[in-house]
Amino acid sequence: MSDHQYFEDDALGKAYDSQLMKRLLQYVKPYKKWIVLALAILIISTLLRLAGPVIIKLAIDEYIAVGDADGLGRLALLYAGILLVQFFATWGQIYLMEWIGQKAMYDLRMKVFRHVQGLTMDFYDRNPVGRIITRVTSDINSLNELFSSGVVNIIGDLFTIFGIVGVMFVINSKLAAITLIALPLLIVATILFRIKVRHAYREIRRLIAKLNAFVQEHVSGISVVQNFVQERRIFNRFNDINRELMGRHHKSIIYYAVFFPTVEIISAISLGIIIWYGGGQVIQGAMTFGTLVAFSQYMEMFYRPIRDLSEKYNILQSAMASSERVFKLLDTKPAFKTPAKPVITDGLKGEIKFKDVWFAYNKDEWVLKDINLHIRTGEKVAFVGATGSGKTSMTNLILRFYDYQKGSITLDGKELKDFDGETIRKNISLVLQDVFLFSGTIEDNIRLGNGDISREQVKKAAEDVNLLRLGNGLKRGLDTNVGERGGMLSVGQRQLVSFARALAYNPRILILDEATSSVDTETEVIIQKATETLMKGRTSIIIAHRLSTIKQVDKIVVVHKGRICEIGSHDELLAKKGIYYNLYQLQYKDQELPAAV
Amino acid sequence: MYMKSKFLKRLERLIAYFKRHKKYLYWGVLVTVLTNVIGMVSPWIVKMAIDDLRQNAATYSQLRTYATLIVILAIGAGFFRFLMRRTIIWGSRIFEYEIRNEFFLHLLGLPKSFYQETATGDIIARGSNDVEATRLLAGPAVMQIINSAISISVALTLMFVLSWKLTLIALTGFPLLSILTNRLGTKIHQKSYQIQQHFSTMTSYVQENVSGVKVVKAYNQEEDQIKNFAGLNKTYIDLNLSLARIRGLFMPSIYGIVGIIILLLLYFGGKQVINGSITLGTLVAFIFYLMSIMWPMLAVGWVVALYQRGTASLERIEKIMRRKSEVADTDVDPNARPQLGEIEIRDLSFRYPNDDQEVLKDVNLRIPSGKTVAIVGPTGCGKSTLVELILKAYKVPDGKILIDDIDINRIPMANLRRAVGYVPQETFLFSRTLKENIAFGEEKIIEEEIEKAAGIAGIRQEISEFPRGFETRLGERGVTLSGGQKQRTALARAIIANPPILILDDAFSAVDTNTEELILRELKNVLETRTSILISHRISTVKNADMICVMEEGRIEACGTHEELIEKSGLYAHIVELQSLEEELEALR
Repeated sequence: MSDHQYFEDDALGKAYDSQLMKRLLQYVKPYKKWIVLALAILIISTLLRLAGPVIIKLAIDEYIAVGDADGLGRLALLYAGILLVQFFATWGQIYLMEWIGQKAMYDLRMKVFRHVQGLTMDFYDRNPVGRIITRVTSDINSLNELFSSGVVNIIGDLFTIFGIVGVMFVINSKLAAITLIALPLLIVATILFRIKVRHAYREIRRLIAKLNAFVQEHVSGISVVQNFVQERRIFNRFNDINRELMGRHHKSIIYYAVFFPTVEIISAISLGIIIWYGGGQVIQGAMTFGTLVAFSQYMEMFYRPIRDLSEKYNILQSAMASSERVFKLLDTKPAFKTPAKPVITDGLKGEIKFKDVWFAYNKDEWVLKDINLHIRTGEKVAFVGATGSGKTSMTNLILRFYDYQKGSITLDGKELKDFDGETIRKNISLVLQDVFLFSGTIEDNIRLGNGDISREQVKKAAEDVNLLRLGNGLKRGLDTNVGERGGMLSVGQRQLVSFARALAYNPRILILDEATSSVDTETEVIIQKATETLMKGRTSIIIAHRLSTIKQVDKIVVVHKGRICEIGSHDELLAKKGIYYNLYQLQYKDQELPAAV
Repeated sequence: MYMKSKFLKRLERLIAYFKRHKKYLYWGVLVTVLTNVIGMVSPWIVKMAIDDLRQNAATYSQLRTYATLIVILAIGAGFFRFLMRRTIIWGSRIFEYEIRNEFFLHLLGLPKSFYQETATGDIIARGSNDVEATRLLAGPAVMQIINSAISISVALTLMFVLSWKLTLIALTGFPLLSILTNRLGTKIHQKSYQIQQHFSTMTSYVQENVSGVKVVKAYNQEEDQIKNFAGLNKTYIDLNLSLARIRGLFMPSIYGIVGIIILLLLYFGGKQVINGSITLGTLVAFIFYLMSIMWPMLAVGWVVALYQRGTASLERIEKIMRRKSEVADTDVDPNARPQLGEIEIRDLSFRYPNDDQEVLKDVNLRIPSGKTVAIVGPTGCGKSTLVELILKAYKVPDGKILIDDIDINRIPMANLRRAVGYVPQETFLFSRTLKENIAFGEEKIIEEEIEKAAGIAGIRQEISEFPRGFETRLGERGVTLSGGQKQRTALARAIIANPPILILDDAFSAVDTNTEELILRELKNVLETRTSILISHRISTVKNADMICVMEEGRIEACGTHEELIEKSGLYAHIVELQSLEEELEALR
């Protein structure tokens, strides 16, 4: 069935949400001083930009009109100075704002990443990888847009607008008042436009999401479409949505096509008023030319920011939607918490006890039922059972990936819930069936981030599992790059890297989920030996897929449908002719064949 | 010549669109010219007003006339500006609509191999982002470039008329402007690219971190991961800041240069006014013109960026559009329409494209019309490939597979597909109602037939127990079916089409054995009236087939009835044994 979750991201909410804004502002709070500075510079640079028409006014009235060429030269010099200051002020302000935005973004991104690291496994089960990535990466980017282009530009635009009004009133309050007669008209037009466009924009986003979901679904199900020869009909459905989308776009084009000329006409009305009324004043000698010219220039500067406001609205809207998603993630709590006073220990022995343990991933769907099991220090135990019987769930509980609902699990006699997960995992090495390697070298992958493990120890671990003996692909030894996901290594090599990793950490407890993949005989022998090395001297729990392994362990635990059914040695259990006998025939018996030949 | 043809070739689809919709382009150009020409008259009127005032020749009524003229001209220009969007931008949405339709229609015809080598996300990205980028090229970029070209040339002409000297002074600044925007533009482009690159590095890091969460947690790597990520994050903001340093220069520089030009005009122009060689009105109008072409000039840079992005996107779309289906109907007989359903496979060997391992080796199989053949064998033995080839999912050599004695390469794809009902193991249902899913291939939705098919597939009872029955929606906002329910729905979907050939490829894998037995009993009548191929891991499914074939490593190892094969085939006997063990195990509590 198709997965539409990708497209929930396209949904749009409000453009401004005070609750969200408050939370967002928390992240710029540490930079309060810098913001004040940036705003101060913003005011200065706006004011300087507004000085342009005043200079022209002065030039006309004071110098050109009276024929004072020297004065004109001095004014030109002054203007040059203003331009210079304005240049640096604007640059500084843009950079400073970007700096604040980037810093805040850095903090928020770290916070989100850190938060995600602290979440329990159930979060990762519920959320597709792509969604988590989007939260940490692109969603936070659009917050940056909010800071560095959205909010600041809006503030800058508002300054410009009010600044112009202010300067006009200072120069000639009567003319200013009359010029601005058209302003209410403009405000009404802008509000109407915003309402219309917001609605259209939302509809467009909805249809785009629908269209993408449609493509996603039918690309995923393309073979069904083709096998039932439904291409025509599916295309018609696509065409319907596509056509509706075009219709919506056309509708919104009309809004824009009406709005922009409207702003220009209103601006022309203002200019007309300046010429007519202002010109009249000039005739009467009540006003100078320069004022007339300055006013007409201010009109030109006045309408651009108003036009731009509508575009910034979209930035605001998508940034709000992003921040809502990011905060939702930050509000996700881990399924269980580390106890306030965790058990402190300077080293575990490795004794594990399950007592009447019940466990479910989803409420009431019991995966483990009434588990009782005692694993002594240093004991080697194999978990055996069909797929989905509950073997991995048991190891997941020991690793404290999930919380158990009923019963008790103890580690060295202390309840598992009283431990900090980190303490437990420090004493356990996990080897997964699907080996996961990070991009980097073999050494990186053996050591992971643990600086306490020296190069010598890494080398020793690699030697102990015979990693470098396998194949001839590892020309650069431990420095060989494993490629993305370990793609440059063979299956066997990947296995051994994860073995060496487990060994280098020298844990008290080993949990090994054996790989089912078949490998050639030489590799098989090496892996078999490495498994022995790994288990030596530590409590070992093996989810066994190899006959050689189950023959080595101290006891075999047979898990069937979430319960432990049989416990005993290989021979005992075979003699019993119960579930193990069956499983043996099914899973392991074939492995005897190559040995017999 | 070569360059030119390459250029045209790249824009072929765009040009074809303009040819199809000439009126939008012609009208668009016309109204853009009119908009700009009218828009350029206002400063001239301002000039006249100022000169009149200056010479004390102005009267109130004259001023009123000027003011009225300015408003009327603005209304006229506004009207044409409205038409500008109504034609060019309007048309670009039609272009978007058309190209998206062409793209999707093309997708529907592409073969399995294409979908195996292309990620769904990539296809969607091309259908949305790339289409949008191409539209920006077809609409806004075209509008803006015409707009800029006309307004700049008109304004420059008028400026020359007003004062060629001042024009020359003003023009000295423009090369500076274009050199600067160009330089900064290149740098910004490079930095942006670096940032993009680093962003993907960071994304990959998070991807690895999340995918490898078990290892991260098991080895207590959280802090280390945070530390590494902090490094990447830091580099990211550093890169962004170094971009901000350059990008932050952009606007101030432009304001600065324009400011300097105005300064020069004011100084030299002012001197000319003083010595009487030009009027004050001329100077003011001149400054107006200068300011009015500032944005059109800047827009040229924007258009260049749109052009680069647009052509790159167009190329990405074309790459898929150029992809042809290797199983397209080329040399077919349009009337070839299998009806009996007799299948014959002759010496068929097959390897996947770009793979040198043979997955099928010398397969020979004849299924007479109306018979049921079952295929068993271990995973990867070639069972599914064999039936996929009957459906021509990949290119099949001539004369290897025949249906009703017609080479399948002569049968049109649609006819072949209508003749073969195929139920794969991986079930895909659409997020629609159950009814629509079952009747997916039908022209009309007939309730009784849907219920009948659902009955045969053994899902009718369960569906009728849903509160909304067959109207139940699946998917996102609907119910989630279990694996077995999905498979049975897919089976019903194939049954209702009533094809002469029915292929069930492990179609009961998620259905429990008891239910499967019930379905098989119901299916009996359906299977008897057509040619069927059953692929299964379960012996219980295949036991009653007319013939069972055992496949191993791409070959048919043995064929016969259940009893015969237990004697004849070691592999078959082994599978039977394992199966009974599994059943025993399943029965245990």
